[in-house]
Amino acid sequence: MIPDLGKYAFAVLTSYGLSLGLLFALVGVSVARARRVKAELAKIEQRLKHHG
Amino acid sequence: MSIWEYANPVKFIRTTDLVLPWIAAAAVICLVGGLCWGFFFTPDDYRQGSTVKIFYIHVPAAMMAINAWAMMLIASLIWIVRRHHVSALAARAAAPVGATFTVIALATGALWGQPMWGTWWAWDPRLTSFLVLFLFYLGYMALWSAIENDDTAADLTSILCLVGSVFAILSRYAVLFWNQGLHQGASLSMDAEENVADVFWYPTLMCIAGFVLLFVALVFLRTQTEIRARRARALLTRERLT
Repeated sequence: MIPDLGKYAFAVLTSYGLSLGLLFALVGVSVARARRVKAELAKIEQRLKHHG
Repeated sequence: MSIWEYANPVKFIRTTDLVLPWIAAAAVICLVGGLCWGFFFTPDDYRQGSTVKIFYIHVPAAMMAINAWAMMLIASLIWIVRRHHVSALAARAAAPVGATFTVIALATGALWGQPMWGTWWAWDPRLTSFLVLFLFYLGYMALWSAIENDDTAADLTSILCLVGSVFAILSRYAVLFWNQGLHQGASLSMDAEENVADVFWYPTLMCIAGFVLLFVALVFLRTQTEIRARRARALLTRERLT
């Protein structure tokens, strides 16, 4: 399935692996922080609503 | 309807919430499609062999590394002139995305350069200005984190962004300014004679679209997060004072 990359296999596969890893990490960190901050804000707003 | 309506945080979140899933889905389709097309279904280059497959990541990442800074520059100017918080927060949100694209461009460039040039790195005008651009990204993010007052941080980072723009421009045009060094000129040009062959060009276009859409999706998501984080800080401060 993987094309024959010949003597450049290391350069090509490392480029793809590293880049996709960084992109996945960036998306993962962004989504995780978005969820955490949204939940924290909801909690603060709820608390302030209860305390008037 | 005016574009300045989106300077309202509530309006910004409501609108971006609607479009974000579509942009994210389009980004995934373009990126997966473009990278698979480029990796599995394109031939090797007659001179560069299979390393030409790095092109589909390296070029879009490098383009977006520069364009992300350009977007931050526009957002910073809007902050300086019109004092819209959303624009300052959008610039802040874009910085880690641009920095990641810069790392990808530098790393894939080094991995490509080693077999083609015989070296991982050279103090070539384009490579050096790109490295300095990356350092500006780091400095920009560090400055945002170092200053507690959001408005002061936005002011100072906007100035840093203006200064760093010199290196964003140099990263793009260094090859033209100094006609020396290892890095080639523009691979993607409107001039058909200078452009890459269609067999490489179409998957590259798809990957560029994927990187652009991913950038937009991440900036929308991260700007929403920055808006919410800012509101949370303001509410906590108000709670402490009452």
